[in-house]
Amino acid sequence: MPIWGLSMSDTFFFALEAALNGLMAGVMYSLVALGFVLIYKASGIFNYAQGVMALFAALTLVGIQNGQIPFAHVINATFGTHLSTFGWTLPSFLAILLTLGVMVLFAILVERLVLRHLVNQEPIILFMATIGLAFFLEGFGDLMWGSEIKKLDVGLPQGISETIESLTEKWFGYGFFIDRLDIIAALVAAALVISLSLFSKYTKQGRALRAVADDHQAALSVGISLRFIWVLVWSIAGFVALVAGIMWGTKSGVQFSLSLIALKALPVLMLGGFTSIPGAIVGGLIIGVGEKLFEFFVGPLVGGATENWFAYVLALVFLVFRPQGLFGEKIIERV
Amino acid sequence: MFYREAGDFKTSYVEDSQTFPIRLDRRGYYAIIFIAFAVIPFLINDYWANAVFVPFLIYSIAAIGLNILTGYAGQVSLGTGGFMAVGAFACYKLMTAFPEINIIFHILISGGITAAVGMAFGLPSLRIKGFYLAVATLAAQFFLVWLFNKVPWFYNYSASGQISAPERTVFGIAVTGPHTAAWAKYMISLVFVFVLAWVARNLTRGTVGRKWMAIRDMDIAAEIIGVNPLPAKLSAFAVSSFFVGIAGALFFAVYLGAAEVGEAFGPQKSFLVLFMIIIGGLGSIFGSFAGAAFMVLLPVLLKNVLVGGLGWPTDLAAQFEIMLVGALIIIFLIAEPHGIAQLWRITKEKLRLWPFPH
Repeated sequence: MPIWGLSMSDTFFFALEAALNGLMAGVMYSLVALGFVLIYKASGIFNYAQGVMALFAALTLVGIQNGQIPFAHVINATFGTHLSTFGWTLPSFLAILLTLGVMVLFAILVERLVLRHLVNQEPIILFMATIGLAFFLEGFGDLMWGSEIKKLDVGLPQGISETIESLTEKWFGYGFFIDRLDIIAALVAAALVISLSLFSKYTKQGRALRAVADDHQAALSVGISLRFIWVLVWSIAGFVALVAGIMWGTKSGVQFSLSLIALKALPVLMLGGFTSIPGAIVGGLIIGVGEKLFEFFVGPLVGGATENWFAYVLALVFLVFRPQGLFGEKIIERV
Repeated sequence: MFYREAGDFKTSYVEDSQTFPIRLDRRGYYAIIFIAFAVIPFLINDYWANAVFVPFLIYSIAAIGLNILTGYAGQVSLGTGGFMAVGAFACYKLMTAFPEINIIFHILISGGITAAVGMAFGLPSLRIKGFYLAVATLAAQFFLVWLFNKVPWFYNYSASGQISAPERTVFGIAVTGPHTAAWAKYMISLVFVFVLAWVARNLTRGTVGRKWMAIRDMDIAAEIIGVNPLPAKLSAFAVSSFFVGIAGALFFAVYLGAAEVGEAFGPQKSFLVLFMIIIGGLGSIFGSFAGAAFMVLLPVLLKNVLVGGLGWPTDLAAQFEIMLVGALIIIFLIAEPHGIAQLWRITKEKLRLWPFPH
């Protein structure tokens, strides 16, 4: 059956390509969602700031790489100077390491200044605190590094993969356009999930992490330092944010919209369940594919740009039937 | 010494259950009402109306609305911006479709329409709780903004996709449109705030309000003592959305005059109103006013200090403001989770004992 003047097979291939691109976008969502799940599991905190952390990490990376002077704009505006850069460019590897250091420092500061004072508060208060943190970090990042759109290049391959195009051309008679960066992102996401599960299974810190996730008080009573675990888990989340920031930043430039993917990661989480790492991945893929296919089939009928809300509405409808998400632990309520 | 209830005898149940049981409070309240209605309108100019008073009054309505839902009924909502957009667009459609009817009715009906939309989006709250609900309300935010952007009927097929308020009058005085006097804008907002705050105050201390609070404190326990969660939650969504819808209608028609949906009613607006009630105090009408005043005054103040005083460019000042607001949220949550309203309560307790605290 031809749709909109295309033949059946063309429609099929276009839809397939949209779905494939959706899968790749889904991997990006999953990367952000992963950071959420880590923190939620270890501390019961729903970290709204995860997306802004990704933005901040990417901004810092670009800043360090290009040798920007932090707060140059502020200093210039206040004292009338004309500072901009230190005049060096660092190799990507070193810059990434330094940025990681900044994220660990950030984790320590968050624990010291915020989390420590909010122990035993209701989850919703903690959630709002992380909204505050997100706003703070957003303003702070912009003040520190400037708010213009920046190009991030750490040497990841970009552009359409010719190999896949020619291969699929040979097999199906239709060449798929897939960005090489997306393939790298998928591989990185897979590597992250595998290494995180290995870490939580086979290392001492990983076991401590799972103990804290199970029961704070029991973990405390067997001598696990909650504070250390929190710093650790926020550092790991910072690392995940950095990875997500690098991927998104390379793809579409480091800009404010990067922090909006955090909002997209929320329905991903609701779909996958807040407590499940595989759930974050599967949820991301479902949302990624779902919104691309919806835009492809229904978008033209209703005026397009359905990607803005499809994920949320899907999650909303889904939650009505299964409130704990796909892989979440069953919610049991007691009086 | 002066602030105490000694000598203020109650001789009837009505007096016993009044909103301001202490005489000084009551006098203060009447004084504020008098100043607000009879003094400020004669002194107000365009700058003060547009920068401070009108946004403060309109945000107060939105904050009271969200406070009813989040502070009293315990349902966190991030969809305020979307519901304000419903109010604004409903008001616009009514104003252009029925120009002969008074705008007061348009605004009230927009509130009613928003209440219906709010109830529809509130339905899932029976199954979804906590953060899940907060995220689900984001669906309302994004979907509604998209809808008003994409369906040209809502903005009367105007080329720019903007809506702009035509001139409408109350008692022969223009309250919307480009030729509105500052005091007229102020007065219409004030009348709505006065009536709605009075309604909210009395709703929240009556049966409905107590049901909401029971649901907030623990919904299963509330169900066991005989509160039916379906009408309780839906009425909270309806009343809250009614307030937010009126705030949206006023925000568009009286304050902005012309609006583009994504810009005026985006997710930032939802967060702004949420911040107002966190900083002001959850579950407090006074807190809604305090929070709205704080969040309206803060940027004005910062702009004067940073742009006027230090000579920063406005974009840096805006970034600094975002950062400061974030930090303030955290500080408030740590130091006083119940916000400015609680600080005020503590001050009053201290005042009652002053100067003999023992």
